[in-house]
Amino acid sequence: MELKLADYKSDLAPDWCPGCGDYGILSALQTALFKLGIEPSNAVMVSGIGCSAKTVHYAATYGVHTLHGRPLPVAQGVKLANPELTVVAMAGDGDGMGIGAGHFVGAGRRNPDLLYLIFNNEVYGMTKGQASPTLELGAQPKSLARPNLQSKVNPLMLAFAAGFTFIARGYAYDVKNLARLIQQGIEHKGLAMIDVLQPCPTYNNLHTREWFAPRVYDVGAEGHDPRVPREMSDAERAERMARFTALAIEWGERIPTGVFWQAELPSFEERLGAFLPGYPETAPATRRAGGEAERARALMRGLRVAE
Amino acid sequence: MGGMERPKLDDFTWRVGGPQGGGIETAATLFAQALARGGWWVSARREYHSNIMGRHSYLDVRAARRPTRAFFERVDLLAALDAETLVRHLDEVKPGGVLVYDPGAARTPLSKLAMLDGAAYGRISAALGGGDPPVEKALARYRDAGVRPVPLALTPLAREAAGAVGADALTARKTLNTVAVAASLALLGYPLEFLDATLAAQFAAKPGVAELNRKVAAEVYRRVEPLEDGKLEPIGTPGGRVYLNGSHASAMGKVAAGLGFMSYYPITPATDEPFYLEAHPEAGVLVVQVEDELAAVNMAIGASMAGARAALTTSGPGFALMAEALGFAGITETPLVVSLYQRGGPSTGLPTRTEQGDLRFALGAGHGDYPRAVLASASVEDAFTDAALAMNLAARFQLPVVHLMDKYLASTTRVVEPFDIDSVEPDPGVVAEAPEGVFPRFSLAAEGGVSPFAPVGTPGVGYWITSDEHDEVGHITEDPELREAMMEKRAAKLAALREWLGPGAMYRVQNPEAGTLVLGWGSTEGVALEAMEGLDLGYVQVRFLLPFPDLETLLEGRRLVVLEYNQSGQFARLLAQETGRRPDHLIVKYNGRPMTIEEVRAAFEAVLNGEAGAHTVLRAGV
Repeated sequence: MELKLADYKSDLAPDWCPGCGDYGILSALQTALFKLGIEPSNAVMVSGIGCSAKTVHYAATYGVHTLHGRPLPVAQGVKLANPELTVVAMAGDGDGMGIGAGHFVGAGRRNPDLLYLIFNNEVYGMTKGQASPTLELGAQPKSLARPNLQSKVNPLMLAFAAGFTFIARGYAYDVKNLARLIQQGIEHKGLAMIDVLQPCPTYNNLHTREWFAPRVYDVGAEGHDPRVPREMSDAERAERMARFTALAIEWGERIPTGVFWQAELPSFEERLGAFLPGYPETAPATRRAGGEAERARALMRGLRVAE
Repeated sequence: MGGMERPKLDDFTWRVGGPQGGGIETAATLFAQALARGGWWVSARREYHSNIMGRHSYLDVRAARRPTRAFFERVDLLAALDAETLVRHLDEVKPGGVLVYDPGAARTPLSKLAMLDGAAYGRISAALGGGDPPVEKALARYRDAGVRPVPLALTPLAREAAGAVGADALTARKTLNTVAVAASLALLGYPLEFLDATLAAQFAAKPGVAELNRKVAAEVYRRVEPLEDGKLEPIGTPGGRVYLNGSHASAMGKVAAGLGFMSYYPITPATDEPFYLEAHPEAGVLVVQVEDELAAVNMAIGASMAGARAALTTSGPGFALMAEALGFAGITETPLVVSLYQRGGPSTGLPTRTEQGDLRFALGAGHGDYPRAVLASASVEDAFTDAALAMNLAARFQLPVVHLMDKYLASTTRVVEPFDIDSVEPDPGVVAEAPEGVFPRFSLAAEGGVSPFAPVGTPGVGYWITSDEHDEVGHITEDPELREAMMEKRAAKLAALREWLGPGAMYRVQNPEAGTLVLGWGSTEGVALEAMEGLDLGYVQVRFLLPFPDLETLLEGRRLVVLEYNQSGQFARLLAQETGRRPDHLIVKYNGRPMTIEEVRAAFEAVLNGEAGAHTVLRAGV
């Protein structure tokens, strides 16, 4: 049976505020899955806590709505146990860059084959607009009693430092380009991160749709090539890193979107496969039942007093 | 060893002490294996500091004609590889026992022992008459207690023995452990062939090293005369017996029940289990070391949602970080096993010492109400059975199971008969039959609260999972009636689990007719049973702490004693909560050292003689 875009939509009506950027991200996600022809039951969406976390309930795939800060560990558990699944993890900026930042670094070091979306609106929306880790120092959206006293973290630079192999930025109201980015992120072999600029119409009156619209531009359209193949020379690699950094820190009159960095590195599944006999074919969620006693007996044999 | 209290050489304990990182663990393994090859039932316990190199560490190797699970305070032979061992273990060799020491260190003053901390220095100095006594004063004390000191300069002996087979001084130093073991076994008159076979097997991967150590052992046997009463003999053959500790057994039980995924963050003493599985890919377990315990528990939950059998190991500090996710597994009805290796708390506490201080925490960790099972292992045999059972309970009832272990079980290695692996039947759980479309994963029409399971990723199916309260397909709800129904459905699993287990699996009793019953849980069983031999006492080992067994009838009209390793009597409080009975005597220990047979026996005798108060603290141990 031919899949339709509607097959990726659940029966539940989203309860986000009118004008929320999350609508755009949901729509882009569904479009990307549809365009890739991924069976809904082969896709698992994993979220944290907050407005962004509800996204998984509106997609007609498997949806796992976890704890605050923990979508990445849960997503990795699902993916490593059953590597045949398409797994997309998603988190708000507080979820991903604050309470879950340790997992961001840990996942980067492993490079599992999944996509991570950061819904970046610079505030904690669900708890009424506190400053998130991506809010600029000194900024004071209307919900804050005093200007933000903490500097912002740059998700792109952090992703680079942690070893993410696909680093991109999207804009929630540019659904077409965002869907394309999500498609690329899913197809990328390894850990992909898309920092999605997502205006919060209710609490962030500084970075609104009107503020972003004239600023965002597509780096691909301006000729940026993000690819960093394995066999690249050190000098070329250093040049790519410098270009990546320039894009990652550009913020103000012009705000770049698109794929900034795409490197080749063995995925965690490939690294495991070198040590676990038969993996990923023998992955723990998909291997055939049986053989447990034999495996336990193999351990026991190694502990015998005498041969 | 003519003056030994028990019949000679039926039951023998060898202690080796020295600096951490100096290889005494290898020495103990060699000694234990050599005896095990001669048919002895061996148990070895390990005491060590939270340190890599230099601090005092020791192992007791007990060999007996029957399996044993506990240790004596006083040993038959103490092999002191350094001067600190000599002074730390004053009064811990039996009258008639033997002390092997290096005479070179005798004149060293106590203050020159760099790793002797202030508290121990003060205690030992006072015991030896005050001031800054030389180490040889300790020798006089051993002699006065009827112990026979045997001066044996092990380092020169190693140089000589290794030199005789053509090795240089540096290589000779590396054979010191073999020399210590060979010297001890030669003194005891135990045949060389068992040590020889042990060395060949131990160093099988390095033929050159094996050859050197075997030659050195033979040289030592040539140079060390057996004691007059040294007649330690082989008593049989080991057959298929295995030599393993609680970490091995717990890993093996989980594998037998289908373990496929384990994530971990390093922590003492829980990491030996995943580390062991990591080293044995033939066990078929995907082991992932992660960034913290939050990642460990949530990754295992993710793997379990996808259909893998998943488990974790951790210790108190790590378990504290897992508390939120335990509730996540609870509300999402995800099978999860956590083997909690208790160590001295609170906070970092005593990282390398034993305790049962996490019982209340295991029972209550996490916010809100959700069903869980908590069971505790008493021995390596239990660790195998319980780990397998925990996996099966988690799978069948779709809930978190906390499997309580402790440092004593983790680091006590024993010779046992091989486990009956075929007795473990991996439980497939309640599996959904041909699910299709939007699937009610949390169906309220569930028998015993258990809704049929179809893993995330099942083709042609879809549902949602959320840490929020949810409806049958897993969407968020705040509906009051649905909330009640879901809470009641989940809670119902505990009653179903209790019924499935049956009362016989929840506790076991020895001598139930006795007027006084001792109750314990976890690793106290071994020492309690041995300490009460011949006394008019019964013993109840409570295996399940949640759900708690129905003990009212058994306990009726009996005097009750609770024995446990924590300060506040956590089990005693649980007993009162569950049965309305407070123990008449509470015997506790919290200095981080294992209970000795002598001190537990004395405490039991005091109870029976009417000399015991309501609260006894056991204080033995170095």
